Amino acid sequence: MAKKIVTALVGAAVLGMGAQAAQADTLSDVKAKGFVQCGVNGSNLAGFGAQDSAGNWSGLDVDLCKAVAAAIFGDATKVKYTPLSAKDRFPALQSGEIDMLARNTTWSTSRDSQLGFDFRAVTYYDGQGFMVKKELGVKSALELSGASVCVQSGTTTELNLADYFRSNNMDFKPVVFESQDEADAAYNAGRCDAYTTDASGLYSIRLKMANPDDHMVLPEIISKEPLGAAVRQNDSKWLDVVSWSHYALVAAEEFGITQANVEEMKKSANPDIKRFLGEEADSTLGADLGLPKDWAVQIIKAVGNYGESFERNVGQASPLKIDRGLNALWNKGGLQYAPPIR
Amino acid sequence: MAIAQARTGDGEPPKVSLLYNPALRSYVYQILTLVLIVWVVWYAWHNATQNLARANMTSGFGFLNSRAGFDIAQSLIAYTSDSTYFRALQVGLLNTLVVAACSIVTATIVGLLVGIGRLSHNWLVARLCTVYVEIFRNIPPLLVIFFWYLGVLALLPTIRTIFQHVKDNPGAIFFISNRGIYMPAPIFGDGFGLVVAAFVAGVLAAIAFTVWANARQRATGNRPPVLMVNLALILLLPFVVFLLMGMPLSFDYPVPGSFNMKGGMVIGPEFLALYLALSLYSASFIAEIVRAGIRGVPGGQTEASYALGLRPGPTTRLVILPQALRIIIPPLTSQYLNIIKNSSLAVAVGYADLVAVGGTILNQSGHSIEIIAIWMAIYLSISLLTSLFMNWFNAKMALVER
Repeated sequence: MAKKIVTALVGAAVLGMGAQAAQADTLSDVKAKGFVQCGVNGSNLAGFGAQDSAGNWSGLDVDLCKAVAAAIFGDATKVKYTPLSAKDRFPALQSGEIDMLARNTTWSTSRDSQLGFDFRAVTYYDGQGFMVKKELGVKSALELSGASVCVQSGTTTELNLADYFRSNNMDFKPVVFESQDEADAAYNAGRCDAYTTDASGLYSIRLKMANPDDHMVLPEIISKEPLGAAVRQNDSKWLDVVSWSHYALVAAEEFGITQANVEEMKKSANPDIKRFLGEEADSTLGADLGLPKDWAVQIIKAVGNYGESFERNVGQASPLKIDRGLNALWNKGGLQYAPPIR
Repeated sequence: MAIAQARTGDGEPPKVSLLYNPALRSYVYQILTLVLIVWVVWYAWHNATQNLARANMTSGFGFLNSRAGFDIAQSLIAYTSDSTYFRALQVGLLNTLVVAACSIVTATIVGLLVGIGRLSHNWLVARLCTVYVEIFRNIPPLLVIFFWYLGVLALLPTIRTIFQHVKDNPGAIFFISNRGIYMPAPIFGDGFGLVVAAFVAGVLAAIAFTVWANARQRATGNRPPVLMVNLALILLLPFVVFLLMGMPLSFDYPVPGSFNMKGGMVIGPEFLALYLALSLYSASFIAEIVRAGIRGVPGGQTEASYALGLRPGPTTRLVILPQALRIIIPPLTSQYLNIIKNSSLAVAVGYADLVAVGGTILNQSGHSIEIIAIWMAIYLSISLLTSLFMNWFNAKMALVER
């Protein structure tokens, strides 16, 4: 009993940071426990991190979690999801509660340095925009002077919003909410004139409105928001696994490897493709990353290539119908670029 | 065994083994507890700093001087996105204090009325008060806040409706919309300070007159017209000064702007939702405390008062309530502390209180431990100060034996 009390006291006193927190070898930990603990969006952001009525997760961010699990275990179901609010996401990663954060999180200098994280792979190039009701007759964000703007707290969005209005000498009244759902409800009730977040999020939120056609996204994109996966700093082995899982998706699209033809492509004569799919006899690419030889095959079997994942979650095959734009491959006018896999 | 043996030797002082010495034992236990507490605190601190270092996170309070970068809608002091995090925290603290203070005053008044109402001989009044208490006491405060915010205030006329209303009624100056209550803002001209001075002087004079009137009533049995004289002193005197100074007061009226009303004063729906919810929720508990206090005064007191010829009103005011207060104040203190702490639910409706602003800072700067420490220190200080004041008030109201 006394021991129990002492344990409880100590437990309560460590300020939520477990004694084993922030170990520097997440890959070994993940292998030992048998699953990846992935932090995702907790407000059902369709296309990025959302749960259906049966409890299945889907989205572009969720696909990266699945890809990492497939690369390590050859089984995309070995993921446990932690739904997080914008505010909770960083402490969750810092404390070691999650292994990786794939929650439409913008890569910025201070998050990379001061918060103690590492970013590398950008899963979606986004930018902040505004949504308004069509009946307002507003055609440009520059006409929003004096407007009330709904925004989620604890985001880069909140800072960009202040900077944008300030640099254009316009006034605004921020209406700040903790969660996206509350912000949605307030915007719907007419508490705000405009809603601001990343453009991709605006399309997703617009879909949830009673009459999506009553709302429009304004043309101005006021910021750069490279959304990527974050891991704890000083754990480059784990950072490698997470980033190369994304690069494998992009490379697969470049090579024309799809979920459907991946087995066929194993027999390809192209040495680049053979090496990528672990078909070269002496290939140590997987082993060097700490992964099985067929890691890339498993990723593609689980979620397809980047293009397939994009179209399924946010592109033409989804209700969001977002164009590839900046997220097209580098040789098709976009920014998605995988370093050579060799 | 040792005690039993020690008791057998009669006359001599008992020879107790050192192990069973109560004084020594109590020291040992206290020292052990102290060591344990020091160790736990040291361990927590050590563990936190080590983990922070391992996670490459900086620590310390220096970040409070950095530029905040975000805007706050409800601010009582000058604040822009160029202000520091420290300034933002001050804005949040002030907002917390304002909503807590307003709610405490309203909850006390409503609670007192409902508590007395529940004891009323009027069947309808008593039942209505019972229904009020049972409804608000049994719903979580967060739901009460959401009820006001999404269920009531969000359904008020939209700003577009108000714009139309202004077009139809050009003279209108007071508007209720789902973006808050708009009203004219007073602009004080030169010489308004004298009007305030006259008001203060009037209040002081009224207090002096009341004291004199009480003394006179005791001496002669005649009560001077206290109410009329006091009203004249408090209201008429400042009004006369106001007229003499040439009415140094004008108003800034709210007019339709491009998206919101421009000018005037606005009380936002976030504040209103939180204020109404905290007041009405806590009022139900205060009503029960008041009822318990009144029921705690023996019935003989009422009968004695009636026997002396006091009517029911003065009986409640002069005989029952002063005695009931002694029972009411200690649990009332707890309710006040609850209001202060529950005000942190502001974050649910986007009212920029200490927790909401601190949460934003926590996220933008990543200094979670420091922000949480600041939160705890501030809430602890506010609560302890409130508690201290209420204890002083309690001591003043306590039964004084003469």
